[in-house]
Amino acid sequence: MKRRAFLRLSTLTVAAGALPADAQEVRDIAPLIQAITHGATPEEGGIEIGLPPIAENGHSVPLTLKVASPMTQAHHVRAIHVIAERNPRPAVATFHLGPWSGRAEVATRMRLAGTQKVTVVAVLSGDRFRIARKEVVVESGACLDEGSL
Amino acid sequence: MLLGRIQVPPSVKRAAVFEVRVIVQHPMETGFRRDYEGRIIPLHIVQHLACTYGGREVFRVELGSGIAANPYFVFPVVASESGEMVVEWSDDRGESGSISAMVNVP
Repeated sequence: MKRRAFLRLSTLTVAAGALPADAQEVRDIAPLIQAITHGATPEEGGIEIGLPPIAENGHSVPLTLKVASPMTQAHHVRAIHVIAERNPRPAVATFHLGPWSGRAEVATRMRLAGTQKVTVVAVLSGDRFRIARKEVVVESGACLDEGSL
Repeated sequence: MLLGRIQVPPSVKRAAVFEVRVIVQHPMETGFRRDYEGRIIPLHIVQHLACTYGGREVFRVELGSGIAANPYFVFPVVASESGEMVVEWSDDRGESGSISAMVNVP
């Protein structure tokens, strides 16, 4: 490698390393939500997002989701989408449930690339949608080497 | 063959809701990290995980790099009858794994 090229690269690396996790830009998640709801406007609320208010690091943050639903054949939750607007890939996971689940609840562990709002969209039977958001302060993002996940 | 663990209660009352816990051993490499020589560590993630109970699908998740290493999931299922709970998953390199447990509904 040429010395000049090496110097340029190292400056870049240092600069990227010095940036706080918060430098990760907030992505526009509206198209993602549109794709889930096919353009319909989701109702606000009805979803309980369990995330710690402050996470020491973003590598493994416990997440629990509860959607208020009787989970019967007529009225149930079909899917739950988790979106993290500041992650390099905002679509975190999609859970598929049904009346056989009994309760609309799931738990997992997610990555967060910095302080951000986590958005959850639930798809209900009869093509209804709900949306909820929760803010999480991440002290050191899952920034790893590059200020990103 | 990828490794994983499943946990279900040994016995459940009929029509009761019980929890299934699954953990899969996987690095879930995001494709954004670099090794000590500065080379990008390639993406390597589990993409699908599904659970069947008595042959019928009761839970499925599509996941990405936003799920932490060694993906862990807890989900509820209604106990309908005694049967095998089978969890299967696959990653972006075509590797897959499965694990099963017996659910007894007396």
